[in-house]
Amino acid sequence: MVNLFWFLSWMSYLHVLGFDLKTAHLFLALCCCILSEIPMNWFINGGFMEKRAGFLGYREKIWLKLWEKIPASGLKFHHYYQYIWSKKFPRKWWKNLLIAWVIGWIVVSSWLFWYMSYMVTERRKETLASMCDERARMLQDQFNVSMNHVQALSIVISTFHHGQNPSSIDQATFARYTERTAFERPLTSGVAYAVRVLHSEREQFEKQQGWTIKRMDTMEQTQVQEDDYAPETQDPSPVQEEYAPVIFAQDTISHVISIDMLSGKEDRENVLRARASGKGVLTAPFRLLKSKRLGVILTFAVYKLELPSNATPNERIQATDGYLGGVFDVESLVEKLLHQLASKQSIIVNVYDTTDTSHPISMYGSDEEVDHKMYHISTLNFGDPIRKHEMHCRFKQKPPWPWLAITTSIGVLVIALLLGHIFHATINRIAKVEDDYHKMMELKKRAETADVAKSQFLATVSHEIRTPMNGVLGMLQMLMDTDLDITQQDYVNTAQASGKALVSLINEVLDQAKIESGKLELEAVRFDLRAILDDVLSLFSGKSQDKGIELAMYISDRVPVTLIGDPGRFRQIITNLMGNSIKFTEKGHIFVTVHLVEEVINSIEVETDLSSKNTLSGLPVADRRRSWETFEKFSQDGHTCPQTFLSTSSELINLIVSVEDTGAGIPFEAQSRVFTPFMQVGPSMSRIHGGTGIGLSISKCLVGLMNGEIGFVSEPLVGSTFTFTAVFTNGCSNSNEHKNQKNHQSKCLSSEFHGMTALVVDPRPVRAKVTRYHLQRLGIQVEITSDLNEGFASMASGTAVINMVLVEKEVWDKDMDFSNCFVQKLRKTVQVNPSKLFLLANSISNTKNSSVKFGGYTPTIISKPLRASMLAASLQRAMGVGNKVNCHNRGLSILSLCNLLKGKRILVVDDNNVNLRVAAGALKKYGADVECAYSGKRAIELLRPPHHFDACFMDIQMPEMDGFEATMGIRKMEHDINSRIRHGEISLEAYGNILNWHVPILAMTADVIQATHEECLRCAILQDTVRCLNVYSVVPKSLKDKKKGPGFLLECCFLCMPCSVDKIKMMEEKGVMANTKSTQELAVEGLKHLEDTIEAAYQILSSMNEELCNPAFWSTTAVAHSSNGINADASDSSHHLETGGGALEESRLCYKSSVASLRAVLSAIPSTRKSKAYEASSTSTGSEPQADQAEIEKLEERVTKLKKELTDKNKHLKLLIDQLRDLITDISTWQSPCPV
Amino acid sequence: MDVNQMERRLVDYTASLFREGLLDDQFTQLQQLQDESNPDFVVEVVSVFFEDSERLLNDLGRTLDQQIVDFKKVHDHVHQLKGSSSSIGAQRVKNGCIAFRNFCEEHNIEGCLKCLQQVKQEYFLVKNKLESLFRLEQQILAAGGSIPMME
Repeated sequence: MVNLFWFLSWMSYLHVLGFDLKTAHLFLALCCCILSEIPMNWFINGGFMEKRAGFLGYREKIWLKLWEKIPASGLKFHHYYQYIWSKKFPRKWWKNLLIAWVIGWIVVSSWLFWYMSYMVTERRKETLASMCDERARMLQDQFNVSMNHVQALSIVISTFHHGQNPSSIDQATFARYTERTAFERPLTSGVAYAVRVLHSEREQFEKQQGWTIKRMDTMEQTQVQEDDYAPETQDPSPVQEEYAPVIFAQDTISHVISIDMLSGKEDRENVLRARASGKGVLTAPFRLLKSKRLGVILTFAVYKLELPSNATPNERIQATDGYLGGVFDVESLVEKLLHQLASKQSIIVNVYDTTDTSHPISMYGSDEEVDHKMYHISTLNFGDPIRKHEMHCRFKQKPPWPWLAITTSIGVLVIALLLGHIFHATINRIAKVEDDYHKMMELKKRAETADVAKSQFLATVSHEIRTPMNGVLGMLQMLMDTDLDITQQDYVNTAQASGKALVSLINEVLDQAKIESGKLELEAVRFDLRAILDDVLSLFSGKSQDKGIELAMYISDRVPVTLIGDPGRFRQIITNLMGNSIKFTEKGHIFVTVHLVEEVINSIEVETDLSSKNTLSGLPVADRRRSWETFEKFSQDGHTCPQTFLSTSSELINLIVSVEDTGAGIPFEAQSRVFTPFMQVGPSMSRIHGGTGIGLSISKCLVGLMNGEIGFVSEPLVGSTFTFTAVFTNGCSNSNEHKNQKNHQSKCLSSEFHGMTALVVDPRPVRAKVTRYHLQRLGIQVEITSDLNEGFASMASGTAVINMVLVEKEVWDKDMDFSNCFVQKLRKTVQVNPSKLFLLANSISNTKNSSVKFGGYTPTIISKPLRASMLAASLQRAMGVGNKVNCHNRGLSILSLCNLLKGKRILVVDDNNVNLRVAAGALKKYGADVECAYSGKRAIELLRPPHHFDACFMDIQMPEMDGFEATMGIRKMEHDINSRIRHGEISLEAYGNILNWHVPILAMTADVIQATHEECLRCAILQDTVRCLNVYSVVPKSLKDKKKGPGFLLECCFLCMPCSVDKIKMMEEKGVMANTKSTQELAVEGLKHLEDTIEAAYQILSSMNEELCNPAFWSTTAVAHSSNGINADASDSSHHLETGGGALEESRLCYKSSVASLRAVLSAIPSTRKSKAYEASSTSTGSEPQADQAEIEKLEERVTKLKKELTDKNKHLKLLIDQLRDLITDISTWQSPCPV
Repeated sequence: MDVNQMERRLVDYTASLFREGLLDDQFTQLQQLQDESNPDFVVEVVSVFFEDSERLLNDLGRTLDQQIVDFKKVHDHVHQLKGSSSSIGAQRVKNGCIAFRNFCEEHNIEGCLKCLQQVKQEYFLVKNKLESLFRLEQQILAAGGSIPMME
């Protein structure tokens, strides 16, 4: 309750301060809560805090919000608690609060104690008072009864003694009468009558009575001592004015007869007062004669006549006849009375005469003083107004201890203290936990920073190692080019292999570190999945051919052409899985399939009929369905699953990719740790196959980033199948676009095949399916037969015209004679041109002997793995042009380099004088017209349209205005001007008739990390860090070898060429990819460009149109050389270039006509043994190089002339093209003989 | 002195510069950029380097002498010097600059001063060497010889 008052007072205080009603309500609620004693001490204490907070006048709002919610939900208490705690109430406050709590409850409990004992006392007092009053009343009543009787006696005497003459009453009568009526006066011990005798009547009276009037005072002195008291011995009363001798007395006090009552002091007073007042008068208590008990005497006057009630005292005195006195024995009286009442033992009664207030006379009871002051006083009225009497009552026993109060208050205190203790403990606990938590957080932070530092260190160190390693590898590369004996060669090879392994390890570690630190972010760019798989396939084609493994891929038609996602990472996963497969597979096949997830789910029954025998190579494989058994997507309820996929399929594409091999498989005991980093199947594994065992773990992370899952199934000695899912966004927003793109794709691949029909002879359905897939990509319709006879039959009977026949070489080789026969038949009966017969061969070596065997006619051999572009090229060559066409050579490229650079105006921006000079020098060397600028600002000035620059090389790190800033400035300026031109605000003529100003800007930096490609993209700098940014290290290095030197610059200039704006755009788009791609991938990309461009070139040549002058032709060479450039400076990836070389090798087979250009590419890859041999052979033939050089230059000139004429739209186009063809043939013949 | 002898000396001298690590591959590449159309390319670039470097070294000395060192300025200067020295192929100057830059990032004045001394020393060393190299080349050219290319 004290609390309540406390809070109420606070509340009113707050009211005074102007807090709104809400606060008041809140406080009321609080008080209620506290009073209802909710055992949540924090809550109560929260109230305290609230009070303080309110008092301090801050955070009211927060508190209000907090507390408003309290009635709503008690469950939120914890939350609030945390909230309060998190507000960081100072610990001190909590301590103070605790102390206040304890003190408060001590006060409360002591108050409680006091209150309860007070109540007890009060009750006691009340009891006492009532008892006392009761006694007093009874005493008074009994006294009054006795008094009335005495008065009645006085009337008797007046009537019978004075009223009759002679008196009818004598002593004996009186004594007897009084004796017999004594019961009516229980309180009187005796009654006596004294008559008034005047002095004049004394003698007569004495004579009449026979005795003299005696005085009392002497008697009084002796009465105590003498029991046998004799009135005769008393002295006679001295002479007085009047006397009052007792004439009648009850027997009990007969000794007072003849004694003059006026002689006793008390009695005289009494008598005088009685006759004056006419009422009963009491004496002060005194010791009675004889009985020696305390008593009082009641005196009534007896008058001669009836007096009126208002008679004056004098009249009364005159009328007085005598006096009647009654002796009251007060002690016995009271005792008797008390005996009648219950609980007489519990209280002590004292009766006092308090007429003289200062000296009360005790009439009854012991005088012993009792300490405790609790007593009750009741006044007694005995009818005498002068005399006052009181009755004092008190308890005999001391009051008992107030046990109830004591226990209650102590109990309350104990509870409060316990609560306080709990609270204290809680606070301590919380504080401890909080401290621990902070400590933990601190440790966690430290651990995290340590981890980050580790990752950063790793990344930095790896990066730092990579840079010098490139140097090491480059040097090794060069060393290999020098004249070495076999041992040295071997050493160098080993060193280089180790170096490459190291670099690839570092790359992987970098990836891992990136993933671990969460820095790896996936890109979202459009990409063509099929193209990527083509790339990966070509990457591995060399190796697979070496090993004699069949490599194939199949992508479901339902997979969209373009997807949005991270192609680089996707490729990384596939490369990784395929790399593993290739590593562990010695025979059989590796088969990559891509489907939509829903497709796989819906067609599980379709999959089932693929028995284990019915595989690509006929070898048994692990059941791939088991590899995705653990996937969550599949483990969901089968019914709901497809629907969910379908519902999302319009936007999100769930791909499922399987890589199936027939390799060694993974031992069962090792399968559990396949995805653990750096864990390999066995320690011997890395020695046999190399690798670090990090690849799969990276792949798993990457798959996870793509919202997919990865799993595998593996049977030792049968093979493994790795399957993963990945989620991409559909690149084609609707199906129409999808179709268009598809059409477009097939068109650009080979429009001329559209509508053709091909017959595939293959006994294995899976393999046939792959072949059909690739042919369908070209727009060719496919029929499949399982053997030649059947094929022939279908051709003969078929209504459709078969345009080409593709025969699996396995079938072909089975029976050569029959095959021969088949060819004959074909030729004769069906009139199918044998040139339209193709063999699908797995490896090149086999091809050769078969072609040798097949004397009369050699069918075109298409080597596997099949890829759409390669297939198209082969078919084109065989069916379309048919003739050999050489379109590339090295001479041309150098020529085009010079041509491209010559006269081009290039702006070089660098704040560093020396760097500027070097860059300018390098560019000038190739005929460019170089201008220099020392700052970004100057560059902006110079590049304000209209200007005449074809390109700009920009340093990134510059003071004042860095490269990014400058580029943004330039872009903004260009944008402004472009829009103004478009709006016609400024004339087109004034701006050189160029509608869209966009100067290619190439960033230069020695610091690849800093030039984050996002930044570059933002600025729309052509970002291609690996190939062209690092000018200082790349340019001069490339220049070192004159043969491959132009590569870099050529590429730069190719990019700078205004005519290849599309290319630049493409590169800009790909810039996103380029940064993340390894050089190896760039090389592959370059090769792909090469292929594409070769195809384009073929088309140009074959159609003989004026498009010949299209720069795409020249860019062909450019690309070829760009790949050279890459190869040259990216020696670390030469491992992959070997496979790239393989791809080239194979391309060479496909494009026999373009052998020369590919030779150039190959010769530029000194790491490949072939080129080594080639170079050796070329040097061994004497001074050919110099001669070549001269010849090349000559050729260059001619080509230039030709090109000029072509671009001038010479009418003799046909002729010129023939010339050109001849020229190319010349070049190819100049090339050293092909080893094939 | 015979031209052939001089040429051999030049080759030896150049080789020694590379051996001592004063120059690196970059210098060779620089030399390769030089041709008939641009016969004094190397000398030109190198003298630009000398000018720049001396200016930068003086600036650095001044900046580091001041009461309150402006490390950003120092950093910029060192970065420039590093850039130009690496372009020239003055390897040891470049390495000195890298160390210098690290000290600068740590705001370590003592280290910076030490590095400055070292870089200066390296710079003058390479300057002397290059000057004598160019003198030798001049002599050869004057004597009608040709400058052999390093391979």
